[in-house]
Amino acid sequence: MSGVRVLVGTRKGAFILTSDARRERWDISGPHFAGWEIYHLKGSPADPDRLYASQSSDWFGQVIHRSNDGGKTWAPVGNEFVYDGDPGTHQWYDGTQHPWEFKRVWYLEPSLTDPDTVYAGVEDAALFRSSDGGQTWQELPGLREVKGHLWQPGAGGMCLHTILQDPNDPNRIFIAISAAGAFRTDDGGQSWRPVNDGLKSEYELPDPNAEVGHCVHNIAMHPSRPGVLFMQKHWDVMRSDDAGDSWHEISGNLPTDFGFPIAVHAHEPDTIYVVPIKSDSEHYPPDGKLRVYRSRTGGNEWEALTKGLPQSNCYVNVLRSAMTVDSLDPCGVYFGTTGGQVYASADSGDSWAPIVRDLPAVLSVEVQMLP
Amino acid sequence: MIRVVLPTHLWRLANASREIEVQVEGSPTLGSVLDALEAQYPMLGGTIRDHATKQRRPFVRFFACGEDLSHEPPDTPLPEAVVTGEEPLRVVGAMAGG
Repeated sequence: MSGVRVLVGTRKGAFILTSDARRERWDISGPHFAGWEIYHLKGSPADPDRLYASQSSDWFGQVIHRSNDGGKTWAPVGNEFVYDGDPGTHQWYDGTQHPWEFKRVWYLEPSLTDPDTVYAGVEDAALFRSSDGGQTWQELPGLREVKGHLWQPGAGGMCLHTILQDPNDPNRIFIAISAAGAFRTDDGGQSWRPVNDGLKSEYELPDPNAEVGHCVHNIAMHPSRPGVLFMQKHWDVMRSDDAGDSWHEISGNLPTDFGFPIAVHAHEPDTIYVVPIKSDSEHYPPDGKLRVYRSRTGGNEWEALTKGLPQSNCYVNVLRSAMTVDSLDPCGVYFGTTGGQVYASADSGDSWAPIVRDLPAVLSVEVQMLP
Repeated sequence: MIRVVLPTHLWRLANASREIEVQVEGSPTLGSVLDALEAQYPMLGGTIRDHATKQRRPFVRFFACGEDLSHEPPDTPLPEAVVTGEEPLRVVGAMAGG
């Protein structure tokens, strides 16, 4: 590997950060799509030069761009996201039913094998797929048939924010929605089942057997072990050893188990990372100390990673798509903050340094390995 | 030719200049000018009007000759000064927020 490319989505544009494999000196390009909210941009695992980016605006709606040259140039592609058939209704804040309305694309997940196939997770929650490089989009409507009338928006809207493809089984995909929960398909997206058994939200969702309605913030897997999933729920860090069929809590000694992102080390399937946040009404780190927590035991036993991170007066948040890892050795870990910093660790989290400090609020961070 | 002035985000998206010209057959109306604009610049589809309903997006406004045309129906004829090219039709991102 000659280096890495970090793709950063912010409230006011996208930025591309590149470095050689030492990950010490960084070139920064951007803002791309200046002024647009970039919820997510991500590269194709099958072709690192193929990137997809989501731009949205309260004024001008949703736009999707594609790059065929690693982000040097971009072209707009299709932005028509039409729900299949009668869109139906979902639960609204006041308990009444509310029509499904498209607002934006939160997450773009390129296929593991085909650069022209890409999935889009949208608000109001649904999953779309394009098989022509983003020119046209078709909904996979079977997902919303899983008790969609009981799904409800969280504070950030009713968004499909996480898409995970099983590298061993092209027909198996996991997705997560706030606030509906986690879902799995085993037939390429035609039919779906909720995979939320074991998630508990005592006050928000008193029914311990509720199949949907859970506020899942993020899910991660290691590609060598796709049946093991790690979840940052609204509160609680969770683990499943049976592809989501059941979950158990692994929050252990975390100072708080509220948070947004979760990530898995590239070479150690039982090493996981979270960023504890004080509470759902105080979206900043406890005690003003920005700490990534690492477990090397697959959960329950956590250590604080602080070297190079601010340990006083720090009140930023780290959003659900804003942490990722590279596959160099040692593994690199990256996260972005609502204060505009992008931090990188080139030693699996032992030490950190900011790549850039003063971007707009960071919404997403992805990394690509460059040949 | 009808002159159309676009907001910054949209002329950059269209890879065009701030003011562009569109050709409209027959008597130009608000709707027919937007149809021609979207045909000439397909990437603007959905950014000014909803793809399906053709309803104006809430924070987009239309002005011409000092008049606010935002609430006019799409078959509204455009002012003569716009038809002759003396004045542009302005597509504006509304002031919104604090």
